[in-house]
Amino acid sequence: MQVYEIKKDIYWVGAVDWLVRDFHGYSTYRGSTYNAYLMLGEKNVLFDTVKHNLCSDLVHRIRTVIDPEKIDYIVVNHVEMDHTGSLPAIVEMVKPEKIICSKMGHKNLLAHFHKPDWPYHIIENNETIPVGNRSIQFMETRMLHWPDSMFSYIPEEKLLISQDGFGQHLGTSERFDDEVDLSELMYQAKKYYANILYLYSPQVRKLLQHVADIGLEVDMIAPDHGVIWRTHVDRILKAYQDWSNHRAANKALVVYDTMWHSTEMMAKAIADGIESTGTSMQLLDLSVNHRSDVMTEVLDAKGVCMGCPTLNNGLLPRMAGFLMYMKGLRPARKLGAAFGSFGWSGEAVKHMNKAMEDMKFDLIHDGIKIKYVPTHDDLKVCRDLGVLMGQKVQEAVKEQQ
Amino acid sequence: MKKYRCSVCGYIYDPENGDPDNGVEPGTDFEDLPDDWSCPICGASKDQFEPAE
Repeated sequence: MQVYEIKKDIYWVGAVDWLVRDFHGYSTYRGSTYNAYLMLGEKNVLFDTVKHNLCSDLVHRIRTVIDPEKIDYIVVNHVEMDHTGSLPAIVEMVKPEKIICSKMGHKNLLAHFHKPDWPYHIIENNETIPVGNRSIQFMETRMLHWPDSMFSYIPEEKLLISQDGFGQHLGTSERFDDEVDLSELMYQAKKYYANILYLYSPQVRKLLQHVADIGLEVDMIAPDHGVIWRTHVDRILKAYQDWSNHRAANKALVVYDTMWHSTEMMAKAIADGIESTGTSMQLLDLSVNHRSDVMTEVLDAKGVCMGCPTLNNGLLPRMAGFLMYMKGLRPARKLGAAFGSFGWSGEAVKHMNKAMEDMKFDLIHDGIKIKYVPTHDDLKVCRDLGVLMGQKVQEAVKEQQ
Repeated sequence: MKKYRCSVCGYIYDPENGDPDNGVEPGTDFEDLPDDWSCPICGASKDQFEPAE
């Protein structure tokens, strides 16, 4: 099997998952990769493993480089199963001298695999371990995106092995950022941020600041998913700056679900109003747009109009599910407005307003409720809301510059 | 005694349990935790905690 030498004596030995399309509720249309790295030296070090079902790919690739028993250390940068699923089998095969992890990594490995006898070596934050003529510096990155998460930095190579940070669910035969389409790559990196890291934006900002403060020199970022950054390192770092600082584009979304097309008519009128102001707009029906794709657009939108009719005094389940999902990802500094049709009680707008208030959205309107089917005049009111949203978005975006 | 919730990861500090792993005895009020105490799960500082409902 193909292995890739990413730096002298450092190999990519991971696995490409061409089949995965649903990653715990995140749509992965392009599949993904689980990256593992093997560094040869006085001590041979394996960084992370792969998902359980792809263990044989990992073993095959390691064997292409060295006998697995010659691995001395296994570094666990992140305990989530897509990177540790193969760990029990690999530990059995390799019999490592050390399994290197953080304090929380140790706790979480025990809680996953129940193996108190493994040769854990718990490192302190910022501890450096020499491995022959190179060294590994460990940086805890708690909650990016699990408590156990950490980075491994090889100063002699200016290489940052960043586990899920800077990752993308992009399954390819190429291993580097300059070998794939850049707009596709940046889209997948954005989708990853919006659906995995968004809620930890304050921690991302802190980490970027820390990295700048200590003057960490990085010419390659090797994440645990997708391709390795070597040509566009500055670009992905700048994107993380923007996303974690909630920088928005002159852009508003109309996200809705509909029962008998009344809420859809309202959505289209609002969309028309937004468009008329020149603000970029996307009309996103939840019946055809996956929640994780909608979140990707939420990341850099300034305004979000949410539409749903009332069903049994509540929301349609797709909207209820989307609001729950979005709330967990903690979008910040958005402008919001709700709308929806109803028959006799009409609670949907109230529920959407409450959800947006919980997310600290700035509501620009009390919301529009229309009984059964909108009239021409009702749609004019909706269009006016769209115009207001477009104008407010432009003002807010101007202020952030 | 009041419980406090970490705004980063959701961990609940319960004074009845304290945080024995990090040298905090059971029965210690949140207010009495040392200033450099941090969330045992995610490392968030004390000021990132809010009273839990």
